[in-house]
Amino acid sequence: MTAETITEPSGPYAHADWSVRQIMLRVMAALVPATVFNAWVFGWPAVFLFAVTVAAALIAEAICLWLAGRPVGASLADGSAALTAWLLAFSLPPYAPWWIGMVGAVIAIVIGKHIFGGLGQNLFNPAMVARVALLISFPVPMTLYVLPTGFGLLAAPPGFLDGLVITFGGQGIPDALSAATALSAVQTQLGLGQPATVAVASAVAPWRMAAGTMAGSLGETSALLLAAGGVYLLWARVITWHVPVALAGSMALLSGLANAIDPARFPGADFTLLTGATVLGAFFIATDPVTSPVTRGGQLVFGAGCGLLSWVIRSFAGYPEGLAFAILLMNAATPLIDRGMRPRVHGRTRHGRPLTLERLR
Amino acid sequence: MKLFRIRGGVDVAHRKELSSEEPIMPLPLPSRLYVPLRQHGGAPAEPVVSVGDRVLKGQLLAAPQGSVSAPVHAPTSGEILNIGRQITAHPSAIPQPTIVLESDGCEEWVDLPPPIRDPFAASAASLATRVADCGIVGLGGAAFPTAVKLDAAARGTVDTLVINGAECEPYLTCDDRIMRERAGEIIDGVRIMAHALGATRIVIAIERNKPQALDTMTRAADTVGPEILIVAIPARYPMGSERHLVLLVTGREIPARRLPADVGVSVHNVATARAVHRAVRVGEPLISRVMTVSGGAVRRPRNLEVPIGALVCELLDAAGGTTEAPARLLAGGPMMGQPLHSLVVPVVKGTSGILALAASEIRTAPEQGCIRCGTCVSVCPCGLVPMEMAALIRHEKLEQAVAVGLHDCVACGSCAYACPSHIPLVQYFHYAKGRLKQLGHEQRRRDLARRLAASRAERLERIARAKREAVAARKAAAAAKKVAEAQAHGDGPVGSAAGS
Amino acid sequence: MLTAILSLTLLGAGFGLLLRLSARWLAVEGNPLQTELEALLPGSQCGQCGLAGCRQAAEALIEGTVPVTVCPPGGRALAQTLAETLGVPFDPAAVADPEPRIAMINEAACLGCMRCIQKCSIDAIVGANKQMHTVLNEVCNGCGSCVAECPTGGIALVAVPQSVETWHWHKPGRTPPPPPADFWHWRRLRFRPGHTLGNRPINHPPPPALLRAQPQTHAGDRP
Repeated sequence: MTAETITEPSGPYAHADWSVRQIMLRVMAALVPATVFNAWVFGWPAVFLFAVTVAAALIAEAICLWLAGRPVGASLADGSAALTAWLLAFSLPPYAPWWIGMVGAVIAIVIGKHIFGGLGQNLFNPAMVARVALLISFPVPMTLYVLPTGFGLLAAPPGFLDGLVITFGGQGIPDALSAATALSAVQTQLGLGQPATVAVASAVAPWRMAAGTMAGSLGETSALLLAAGGVYLLWARVITWHVPVALAGSMALLSGLANAIDPARFPGADFTLLTGATVLGAFFIATDPVTSPVTRGGQLVFGAGCGLLSWVIRSFAGYPEGLAFAILLMNAATPLIDRGMRPRVHGRTRHGRPLTLERLR
Repeated sequence: MKLFRIRGGVDVAHRKELSSEEPIMPLPLPSRLYVPLRQHGGAPAEPVVSVGDRVLKGQLLAAPQGSVSAPVHAPTSGEILNIGRQITAHPSAIPQPTIVLESDGCEEWVDLPPPIRDPFAASAASLATRVADCGIVGLGGAAFPTAVKLDAAARGTVDTLVINGAECEPYLTCDDRIMRERAGEIIDGVRIMAHALGATRIVIAIERNKPQALDTMTRAADTVGPEILIVAIPARYPMGSERHLVLLVTGREIPARRLPADVGVSVHNVATARAVHRAVRVGEPLISRVMTVSGGAVRRPRNLEVPIGALVCELLDAAGGTTEAPARLLAGGPMMGQPLHSLVVPVVKGTSGILALAASEIRTAPEQGCIRCGTCVSVCPCGLVPMEMAALIRHEKLEQAVAVGLHDCVACGSCAYACPSHIPLVQYFHYAKGRLKQLGHEQRRRDLARRLAASRAERLERIARAKREAVAARKAAAAAKKVAEAQAHGDGPVGSAAGS
Repeated sequence: MLTAILSLTLLGAGFGLLLRLSARWLAVEGNPLQTELEALLPGSQCGQCGLAGCRQAAEALIEGTVPVTVCPPGGRALAQTLAETLGVPFDPAAVADPEPRIAMINEAACLGCMRCIQKCSIDAIVGANKQMHTVLNEVCNGCGSCVAECPTGGIALVAVPQSVETWHWHKPGRTPPPPPADFWHWRRLRFRPGHTLGNRPINHPPPPALLRAQPQTHAGDRP
């Protein structure tokens, strides 16, 4: 008894002024200040690397969409591929060769996203998948960082032609420019037996950590600008406070506690929050809607888990920065978190049974 | 008064300014009225008139069938032209039994039942009977027979009567205008209903975006004493939903699959209260109601007092017609209203408004994939996870969708309103509920067929067995008869050696 | 090496013995697949599949001697479910008519001969000798075995009449079939020019021809 007779959709027939494209554009807008700043302090090689990453991602996305038989133009226009590439570029060393960006973008789009079924279907954060794959496969180019220019360290960033040589020339980074990130410097010093306070002080000055004029990937510097972008996203209702606060809060809490217990071994909360990809991860990467839980409580658990794992990896494991691994591990736990942290249904208890009637008829 | 917290909900663009300042105007009497027999929840009414009959205004046209039903009365005097099937505002466009009445323009009233002199001394049963006889149904949109609600509530213990003046749907202003212009009638009807229910507490909830209505209702309530409380509630959709209004105003959460009467509350719309007042004080049946005609494509949005059975095109004409071809034509509000497939459909008791929306107002976009942003979870007032239910339904896992709360969904539309991927979430839920009902129906039919086949086989076997036994019995009787005859002749030529 | 060969042989023998014992002690009575298939089939023993009854049809399906489209009253939906249960490939386009149908008797052609009543395996037709026969809509499952029995050809299979109780919204993303004939009749006659719904032109395809033995009536119509 098929009773389908009408082609019209059912209600509701009103809609909020909100779309996926708007979300992506706002996230990109929040990233713009940090991107511009980084382009200024790191110079042309960073710009080229960024351009190559984004271009490769868009091309890979177009090919995947075409293979899947989906409308290419409409799907590209929602901006999700560009955003993935943007975040991936933020996690790469700024002077990495061009093929790192290209391979990373292809891994992110093809393996991180389309193999699962496209937008909204992936289980793991595509940018983090690509970063981890690159880090493990190409450890040397992925761990060669440079100091930003200006502020008295170098006269000027590499010019256009020098930038082309660095990114596309395949000759590696000139020694004069290379430096270690704050995290890896501290890790090395701790490994050599220096107390944490000395290690931190020798690695980077506190104001540098906030302003972002220290060595690191594009997203590890300029914590203040990234935080400003994150606050904008909170204001624009693109993200909610649960994941950022849980992530940063758990990292601050753990490092603060550890620092209070053993200051020689563990750096303090300020160092933990301002170095590495903490701010970028808290506001932009861990808040990726597709791979994080949908409920508020679940997001708190997710953020706390990311913070905990990231701190553990930083403090006890072999990598100086563990946020990418932490996020991937928590992405795997997201379906379980979603199942366990369902909201309470109106009229039912937490366990799904109807509420008991207090009044007797 | 303390309000309790309601989670979720969306801040919709109210767009009430289009018609909120338009006073209620009567619709010019149409020449023909098409009165459907099913305008209410429950069984359709059965006609008691025939083609060619002359009827008077307010005369009974169709009687209720069963315990959950309501009668239908003539909106005007005239002649019955036809009793047949017409397309109504039901979204299926399946023709429904309808009485066509040609008005003679005289508006001659039938002898109405006498007004109940003192409703506050009358019994609850007599009030409920009067409400039932006058065909009053919930005018908030669900159109459930009010008398059934009054009966069921009076049997238990109802201590609170909540009157729903929220009108949370965008564009609709009919309740707003009724509250501004007929506040006295509403308050009287409210008091009558409270007496019929035995309710000691009366709360009238009005959204904050209706300050004039709050003012007039408060003044009208103050004249009768302190027992009626007028409460301003947040102007958020869906504050007017029955379950959430009860929680907001009384703090009582209705358990799943239960009714407000089970927690001692009865909820009725302000327009229903007014209809009860007219039924009890005047004896007038429900034959007209106030409707809003609004939308971006309507030239002059209006609030009209419309006789039941007028056509949608006549309402639009009274509002000056459309300025452009509407992108969407709706009966009701944009969130929970039904699409109209033709302008030549009649309005019924449950129609609160007709909307002709322009394309810019409906913001349709092609459906994209779900990005699991969680917006639907945060706006769902029932605490469900709409994206999970829709994903299960998409893969036809309907039983699993029920397990995560499909039947707890009130289909308010907040999730689909807020979804950035423009996924028609509510349509998935409507489809799933309907399909489950259909599958249950088919399963029952199969079980019935199985039982009938088995009983038929058993019956045939029984008949065959009876036949065999009858044949065997006849054979045995014939054989015995032969033996007896042989014995009887045995004394003759063929003697028996052992005889005599 | 000897130890390896010995240990693997022993392991293989041990597991084989376990399997043998479990096949004996943990064996399942009957054939659960047959019970499952029987539950899926209508159970009305109409005989349209050519076999004696639904149990025999289930056995034949398991043996593979009949295709999954063997049951006419089940239609495409049943064929698809049977194919999924049995794990055989199935082409939905191969089954002709997906619409559920029921039998309808043309009163003008009815002789009252009782042949259809005796044929119907679920007593869906009521009537008496030399009296009018009629089909009970709520019971008939459209198997069609009565159609051939009628000497005057007065029985036909018609689409199940739709009602608001059985209607529901279609699934998003699917194109539903065109609406019934009544709808177009009204829309053509009564829709006023100039009032189009949006920019879509009103030139819908004509309704499909329905198998009818009589003017279309509706469930619940009074005589």
